[in-house]
Formats: sequence, structure tokens, C-alpha cells
Amino acid sequence: MSAVLTLERPRLLGVELIANLLLVLAGLGLALFLLAPMAAIFMRAVQDSNGNYVGLVHFANYFATPALARSVWNSLWVSIAVAAITVPAAFVFAYALTRSCMPFKGTLRLIALIPLLAPSLLPAISLIQWFGNQGVLKGPMQSLGIASVYGAPGIILSEVFNCFPHALMILIAALLLADGRLYEAADALGTRRLRCFLTITLPGCKYGLLSAATVVFTYTISDFGAPKVIGGNFNVLAVDVFKQVIGQFNFSIGAVVGLLLLVPSVIAFGIDWVVRRRLTANLTARSVPFAPKPRTVFDSLMLAYCVAVCLLLLAVLGMAVYTSLIHLWPYNLGFTLKHYRYALVAGDYAPAFWNSLKMGAWTALIGTVFVFCTAYLLEKTRGLGPLRPVLRLFALLSMAVPGLVLGLGYIMFFNHPQNPLNFMYQTMAILAISTVVHYYTSGHLTAVTALKALDDEYESVSASLKVPFYKTFWRVTVPVCLPAILEIARYYFVVSISTLSCVVFLYAPHTIVAAVAIMNMDEAGDIGPAAALGTLVVLASVGVCLLYALATRVLLAKSQAWRFNLEKS
Amino acid sequence: MLRIIAGLETQSVGRIVQNGRDISVLPPAQRDYGIVFQSYALFPNLTVADNVGYGLVNRRMARAEVRLRVAELLKLVGLPGSEPKYPSQLSGGQQQRVALARALATSPGLLLLDEPLSALDAIERVRLRGEVRGLQKKVGVTTIMVTHDQEEALSMADRVVVMSKGAIEQVGTPREIYEQPATPFVADFVGRVNVLNAVSLGAGRYQAGRLAISAINGATPHAAGTRVRLYLRPEDRVVEGSLEGESNRLNGQIAKVEFLGGHCLAEIQVPELEGQPLSVFFSLNQVRELGIREGSELKLALRPDRIRVFAS
Repeated sequence: MSAVLTLERPRLLGVELIANLLLVLAGLGLALFLLAPMAAIFMRAVQDSNGNYVGLVHFANYFATPALARSVWNSLWVSIAVAAITVPAAFVFAYALTRSCMPFKGTLRLIALIPLLAPSLLPAISLIQWFGNQGVLKGPMQSLGIASVYGAPGIILSEVFNCFPHALMILIAALLLADGRLYEAADALGTRRLRCFLTITLPGCKYGLLSAATVVFTYTISDFGAPKVIGGNFNVLAVDVFKQVIGQFNFSIGAVVGLLLLVPSVIAFGIDWVVRRRLTANLTARSVPFAPKPRTVFDSLMLAYCVAVCLLLLAVLGMAVYTSLIHLWPYNLGFTLKHYRYALVAGDYAPAFWNSLKMGAWTALIGTVFVFCTAYLLEKTRGLGPLRPVLRLFALLSMAVPGLVLGLGYIMFFNHPQNPLNFMYQTMAILAISTVVHYYTSGHLTAVTALKALDDEYESVSASLKVPFYKTFWRVTVPVCLPAILEIARYYFVVSISTLSCVVFLYAPHTIVAAVAIMNMDEAGDIGPAAALGTLVVLASVGVCLLYALATRVLLAKSQAWRFNLEKS
Repeated sequence: MLRIIAGLETQSVGRIVQNGRDISVLPPAQRDYGIVFQSYALFPNLTVADNVGYGLVNRRMARAEVRLRVAELLKLVGLPGSEPKYPSQLSGGQQQRVALARALATSPGLLLLDEPLSALDAIERVRLRGEVRGLQKKVGVTTIMVTHDQEEALSMADRVVVMSKGAIEQVGTPREIYEQPATPFVADFVGRVNVLNAVSLGAGRYQAGRLAISAINGATPHAAGTRVRLYLRPEDRVVEGSLEGESNRLNGQIAKVEFLGGHCLAEIQVPELEGQPLSVFFSLNQVRELGIREGSELKLALRPDRIRVFAS
């Protein structure tokens, strides 16, 4: 036995090697399906069509084309306008939900979240019915001085509809973080209400406001559906990418625009990252939740506002449903189901809805398993120290890549003739995988939050009892985290059946999905079937949400013996 | 250190040998131990029986055999018949015993307890001390327990290892630790202690203030003139009888009396110690018989065999 103590690395047992191997595979998966496509865009932006390096020529060409350069400005100001309208509107709504004693809070909140379930094209189609060339309210609109809804006004209204629930959720969370003790202290000092609002409420949720604004801005600048349908001749970056790539096969300019789109997203991602860290530090364990007191006038005003907002949101959705159920506006208002028949059975796009359901199911399945297992390996196993922060960064980075840019990267990477994965192009698998990657961050955060709530020593105890980690994962971790797992699956299903931007580059005729079909039908003037398909997507999402609610309830009832007490203690 | 023994963390230097086997670099699953964590880490979705049998099922034991073993273990920890319950339906102390049963299920050669009592309230903690100790003696398994509660360590252990900042200060029986602390840290950390600044006069005599104190317990003699600290426990004094023939006699005035239940702690001002107060324990009987109250005068003698001397 030597007296000199040499430091040996701890030997890992077989099962731990399995865990590490799986983690490496997960990392490779994310690298392949997130990083490699992004790298392909970067490469393409500095190459000519034969693959030779040409430097920044494409960027110069792009900015030398006035019509294209104008899109940058258009995208910017429209996105800022949408943020400027959505954030205050959502803030008042969130304020009413959290700080007033108005009735029907639950119902109003539910209605306000409905836009999450609709494809981003749907409000645009509906707004055309309201304000378009044959629109119901075209006259009143023009008397307000807006000549046509096609272009900026339509895009802004559609995106406000789309973004409202996103901003609302962030702001509700921010307002719920309030510490009731601050308001009690202010009351005791005889502070006036307005001053309370300006000195406590607003500073308390400034990070929430900032975060909501960046989310709305990024969503709008990278959304493709609404401007495609209602944009008219008003060019924005997202539509430019599509036109350059699909219309003119100009991949290099497409790559340049894609990179331009990436810039605001990455900046917004950075802001959001900083903001989120501050947000959580705001509330300490000692804080007392704020409990509003009833005040008749204030509560009535808030109720009136929320009802008005909900009516507007329902008016947009309702018009789409109405359009799907009548023959043809404004000539024949008779009730018909022919649009549904066309969309589901008879038309060229009949497989689209079923494809969407199939893709939703695949995405929910693959996504949930991959996201949860990766999060588990990342949080609860040992070894591979340097790889872990990299993987965590990957998981968050997917949020910073707009769907359209990711989709573009997928064509450039997977459609490359020399790529051995070329066979995946134009399959259902690639649609599902791209959606899993695109919406990775949200699911990852849900999984990590659930896993962090578990005792870290479960794995240690299992090791001491010589039970391999996967058994404990299956017998303990999965059952305890089941609510979070179901939530991830629901989220993936809902986002994947309404997503457009990521899949628009990747579908093949036999894998066409609902959102793409809606876009094509709208382009062909089949607005009735487009509305019908959009309505079906909303209904499918509602169905899945109900199923989720039911499953959670049954599950909670079944596991009540241990879960109820767990939450109490 | 417990986590290193368990293989959950890696030592930066050194080796771990268990029963002649070098386990320094073995993963946790290849080491032979059972562990109870501060949080117990009971699986919330499994019943008590499934929790206790968790490590047994994996050893391809027959189901009936597992059931028997679980029942036996639960009886051992004093919870017979609680198999179908879930951990959240048990009290903290009961959960702790289930965790113990689970750790003992596989009959490990070593039991590791990571502050197992610190999540309990004070009364339950004292009660469980005895139970855990009794259980450990009954099973006869070598046990390492980490605790921050000195009293707990002294009352439960055969051997105490006092550690500070990752280094061992002293290893010994509870009495050795208490009566002959090896370092000032140990003396300070375990129990109450008076500290007097003094200068060595050589030959076991020390000058504290204007008072010469003799200490015959200092193993290492201190050269005359070195500055030292004298450590003396509040109970190591003589107050009863005539005090004739006792060394270290002194007179003091009682500055304040702190009532601690079974006994009192009096702070005594001794003029010769020049402002260094002396804390002394008195039983309630002594308080009555000697008339201990604020302001009263008192004669006492410090026991020279009990005074520990450390260089300052």
C-alpha cells in the first residue's frame, strides 16, 4: 500500500454509465435538431448557390433592395405598436383579476385565454370578415380614417388577439407576487390609492411588464400567419422569408432575413432571462398574499372592462365560427355544414385535420417523454459535470429561435443532399420533432420545477438500497410528477396542432397540417373551409384541455391518499 | 463527511476503508451501508410497507418473504401494523422510524444517520434519542451519526468525533470529550465553559488578574510568562463545607442568577479577577442552603484537577 494518496476519479457503476450515456444522447439530439439547423442558416447566409464562401454579399444585396429593407422597419414598428396596445390592455385585465372583487373571475380568465387555442391565422381571417372588402363594419372603420384593414391595421389587431393571453398570463403571475404587508403598511400610513398604485404596484411588477412586452414583441415580429393572410402589400420580415424561400427558392436571402429575425429574438431572450431571475427573488417566504377588499364602483368598472375585452375576443372567434357555418358572406347567409365537409372529407386538404391530430399526438408523446427524461437526467443523476450547463442552455435557447427560422434551418440542414438524415425530410417525424424542439423551453421549465420539488435524496436512498436509478424513476419520480407530465403533454398537443411558422417549410403534400391548409385555402379564396378548419382546431384543443382536466381530476382522486396530505404539509 | 462515506460526494484526498475493503472510489450501490437522511426521503407515493421493502424487492426475494421481513422491521421500530399507511399520514417521529426500518432492511454493515432528529420538535427529539440508541444496540450495527446538537452526541454515542471546518478536533468517549477537551474549540463547543485570560507562572500555577490559580490537569506545561487561557466548567467548583485545605479559594459577589429549571447559573464577580466574571452552576438545593441571590457574597474554590489550560 503506497503512502502517497493518489486521487482517483470515482468509478461509475454500470447503471450510472447508462444514465450518462442517455444524457449524452439527449445532448446530441438537441445539438442535431437545434444547433445544426441554426448553423446551416449561418453557413447559407455567407455562401453562394454553389457553396462557395462569399462573405456578406447577401446582406449587402438585401439592404440594397428598398422593398426588402422597408420590411425591417415595418416589422419593427408593427411589433412595437402591438406591444404598446397589448401590454396595457392585458395589465388592466390582470389587475382586475388579481386586485378587484368582481364576480365571474374564473370565466373571464378562461375566455381571455381562448386565443391560445387558435392558429395565428384565425383572427386574421375573422378580421377580414369584419372589416375586409365585404366586411360588416367596413363603413364605420373607414369613417374613422382607416382606408383598409389589409396591411398594418389588420396585422396589429390580429396580433393583439394572439398575444393577449401570453401577456395576460405573465402579468397575472407578476401581480400575484405582491406582498400584502406592503399595502397594509401603506394603509396604516394613510397613503392614497393612486400613490399606492404608483409606488407599490407598478414597481412591484415592472419586471413582469418588461417580460410581457418582450414576449409580445418577439411573438409579433416572428409570426407569419397573420401578416400572410391580412398583410396585403405590407411587407414584414416573416413573410419575406417565406416569399424568398418558397416563392423564389432564394435560400441565401432567406437565410439573411432569418438571421435578421433572430436578432430581436435573441435580445428579447436576454432581457427575459435577466428579468425572470429578478422576478423570482421578489417574493420571500414571509410575504403575505394580497387579499382585495370589495369596492362597488371600482369592481363594477373592472367588470365592465373585462366583459368588454372578452366580448371583443369572442367577436373575433365568433366571426370565424359564423363564417364556417354559412354559405357565403354577404350573398347567402343560409346555414350549411358544407365547409366542414369540404375541409374534412371532400376537399384537397381533407387529410390536413387528421394529420394535425396525428402530429399533435406524436409531438405530445415524443416531446413529453424526451423533455421529462432529459430534465430528470439533468437534475437527478451524477457525472458529466461540464455537459450539464451546456444542456441547460440548449433547453432555454430553443425559446430564442423563432419557429420560422427553425423551420428554415431544418430545410437547409435536412434537405441538403449530402445529409445522411435526408430521408427524414418531408416526413411526419420531422414535423413532430421540429415542434418538440421549437416549444422545448416551456415544457423543460415545467419538468424542472416539478423535479426540483422532489427530495434530492430519493436517488441517494435508492443507491444505498442498491436499487438502480431507473427503477426509482419509474416507481417514484414519474408517479409523483404525473400532473406536470400531463401538463407538458397537453401543452405540446395544443401548440402543435395550431402551429404554422415552424412547419410551413417542412410539410409534404401527404403530411400537410391544418394550419398550412388554412393558409392555402385562404389564399385560394376558400374562406369558408378555412374558417371551418380553424374552428375544428380550436375545438380539438378545447377537447384536449377538457380531457386533461378530467385526467388530472381522476388522477388526483386516485392518489389522494398520499398527495393531499403531501400538499398540506 | 457522511456523504463521502456514502459515496454521494468525492473526497479530495484520502482513502476510505470499510472492514478491510478499500471503498474510496466505489459508487454508492457497491458500498455496504444504510442511510437515513434529515428529510427521511420516504417515497410519498408508496405505502410504508413498499418503502421499507424497497431495497428487498430488488434482491429477488419472494413476496411472502419480503412481507415477513417488513413486518419484522416495523415491529422492531415500534410501528407494527402500519404497512398500508402512506408516509404523509404519519407523524415526523414515525416517518423517521420508517426511514430507519428501510435503511436496516437490507441488513447493512454500517448505518449512516444524517442529522436524523433535527427535523423533530424538542420533546420528540429527546424521546427518540433513547429509542434510536436502544434500537441500534438491539440490532448491533455500527452506526455513524452526524449531529449539530452536542447534548445529542454526548447522550447517544460510544465515541464522539468533534469536527470543525472539515478537520477532526478530537476523538473520544463522551466523558473524555466533556472532561478533557483537547482543544479550545472542543471545550467551547461542547457544554458551557468559563474562559479566564491568564499568564503562566510555571509549575502549574497561573496568574489571572491578581489571583494565582493552580491547575494540575494541564498535560503540557506552559513556560513561565506565556499568555494562556484557563477553561473551567461551571460545575467544577467546591462551594460546600469549610473549604479548608482547598486550593484556589476565592470570594465573590453574585451579580445575577439565571434560572434554568433543575439548576441555576450564577454569574459571580470576583474582585481579584479584575472584571472577568465567573459562571457557576448551583442546584436548587444549593441555592436555598447557601442563600444564593443577587448581591450576596460567596466563598468558593476552583478544582485544580478540572482546569484545562490552552495557550492563547
